[in-house]
Amino acid sequence: MSNRALDTVPARVSATSTLSQSLTMAYRGLLKVRRTPEQLFDVTVQPIIFTLMFTYIFGGAVSGNPQNYLPLVIPGILVQTVITASVVTGVQLREDMDKGVFDRFRSLPIARIAPLAGALIADTVRYLIATLLTFAVGFIMGWRPQGGAFHVVLAGLLVIVCAFALSWIFAFFGVIARTATSVQGISMLILFPLTFLSNAYVPVNTMPKWLQAFVNINPLSHLIAAVRDLANRGLVTSDIAISLAGAVILMLVFAPLAVRMYMRKV
Amino acid sequence: MQTLTQAARSQTTAAQGAPLAIEAHQLVKLFGRHRAVDGVDLQVRAGTVYGLLGPNGAGKTTTVRMLATLLRPDGGQARIFGYDVVKEAQRVRQLIGVTGQYASVDETLTAMENLMLFGRLLGLSRRDARQTAERLLEQFGLTEAKNRPLRHFSGGMRRRLDLAASLIARPPLIFLDEPTTGLDPRTRAQMWDTIRDLVREGTTVLLTTQYLDEADQLAERIAVIDRGRVIAEGTPDELKSSVGQSSLHLTFQNPADVPRAREIVEAALGAQATPSPEGRRLIAPVSDTSRLPDVLVALKAAGIEISELGVQKPTLDEVFLTLTGHNAEPTTEGEDADVQPRA
Ligand SMILES: Nc1ncnc2c1ncn2[C@@H]1O[C@H](COP(=O)(O)OP(=O)(O)OP(=O)(O)O)[C@@H](O)[C@H]1O
Ligand SMILES: [Mg+2]
Repeated sequence: MSNRALDTVPARVSATSTLSQSLTMAYRGLLKVRRTPEQLFDVTVQPIIFTLMFTYIFGGAVSGNPQNYLPLVIPGILVQTVITASVVTGVQLREDMDKGVFDRFRSLPIARIAPLAGALIADTVRYLIATLLTFAVGFIMGWRPQGGAFHVVLAGLLVIVCAFALSWIFAFFGVIARTATSVQGISMLILFPLTFLSNAYVPVNTMPKWLQAFVNINPLSHLIAAVRDLANRGLVTSDIAISLAGAVILMLVFAPLAVRMYMRKV
Repeated sequence: MQTLTQAARSQTTAAQGAPLAIEAHQLVKLFGRHRAVDGVDLQVRAGTVYGLLGPNGAGKTTTVRMLATLLRPDGGQARIFGYDVVKEAQRVRQLIGVTGQYASVDETLTAMENLMLFGRLLGLSRRDARQTAERLLEQFGLTEAKNRPLRHFSGGMRRRLDLAASLIARPPLIFLDEPTTGLDPRTRAQMWDTIRDLVREGTTVLLTTQYLDEADQLAERIAVIDRGRVIAEGTPDELKSSVGQSSLHLTFQNPADVPRAREIVEAALGAQATPSPEGRRLIAPVSDTSRLPDVLVALKAAGIEISELGVQKPTLDEVFLTLTGHNAEPTTEGEDADVQPRA
């Protein structure tokens, strides 16, 4: 034990170790989900309730009848549900960080980003569940996406990738905030206008001009449009590129910020 | 067993000239304006057990957390096997195992999953991680409970799992922050054995404790820490002799004899005797043991019957009280005999 070569201790964690540590942490996240399935409440109940509710409330007014409204609203609800689920990622990260086990993670010779990345990767499972349920409920209600199965899957993946990227913002809040409730508060404050001031539920041309200006630059509008084109028409549009570019930029900004703040807490 | 003991002995001898596992110089930590740690110096030789002894809020945990790279010092430096805890934190983390004051294991996972998780994070293959986990669970008597979530673990089981988790990588230095607080006497004795085993294998252990006999039993050197400062440092024996001489403890058949006995004892020993609160005992410092027979003869002559008699060396408790100044009972002079108070 004492014969360990003390002078060959490496100073940094290699990229491959970083990846495998992040995946190990993600595995921990999945185990936790399995132990506490009630954490999945939001991603199981919300897609079902929202899809039913919005379709029957707005369907007649916006599209003449609920049936015709489905192609418009399902992508909208999908994006809103999954993005909202990514807020919960930040909240749960905050709660998790207050637990004793994070002390051990900090004292282990592992990449600083691994505990954060692991939590965020594990949560893509939540996004996947939300996506599947939203599509399933829509399908049961009579939505028949014309783009075909392949494009629907592609649309689902696009939303999950973007939600993962966005979750770094909420992870950042999770790291800097003092309590889980404040993370929830700040995040919702940002998210609410973003999701509702978009093309999610009504056609943009029914809105006043000044609002249209905002809605059209809202990145979530681009994501929703991309999903609609993919699922309903099998079209690959520039909205996909815009959404992905936005996702990458967000991640490049907020992932390093979150890790830096996490390290500063040490 | 024989060879192990021999190995242990040679370790101890080797430890005299061993390199420093921990070297802290004027460590400071502020919480707001409160100096939780206020210029702590520490030198811990590799292969030894070092005890940090202090009352609640003395700054023990804060000191350990700084040494374990969990807190950034506001002043001073610390090195672990020569590596700076701030500038080379990543290296330091590869050399230490930390068992904090509060359990740092995952409550939602089982014991097995916890150890597997930490093993995998430390770069073990799935198989090695499993084997190591099995071995440690066995060693800490947790095999039967290995698939239960920690929610259902008792405090002692959690504590043991916590220590097991710190041993996965076989680090050469282990921090144990109050490792036996809240444990029953049997589990506490087991923990002591584990700590002794670790040292026998060459591991350096820094432990904090409020149990004075624990430091006495385990540690080769002790730093007494109070209000963020090291107020004394030395071997348990040095600390004890710093408080001064032995004391005579007498218990009497009849409590009514105590006042008279007190006069006799004080006259014979030439020092002040203190009656105990329950009024049946007398305690008096003994500077010259050759006078003890005189005391007994005088008591017998006065017809006072003694039911119990003993001469005790000062306990670490008394050392502690003397040094921290939170005196519970009157103590003798000679506080600075062998150790150098640094306050
Ligand atoms: N995170 C913190 N924020 C503010 N004050 C703190 C913090 N941690 C510790 N303190 C203060 O610093 C002082 C030293 O605390 P520390 O936990 O190091 O003491 P300790 O010797 O470990 O005590 P105990 O025996 O109770 O564990 C205490 O006065 C405590 O209130
Ligand atoms: Mg403490």
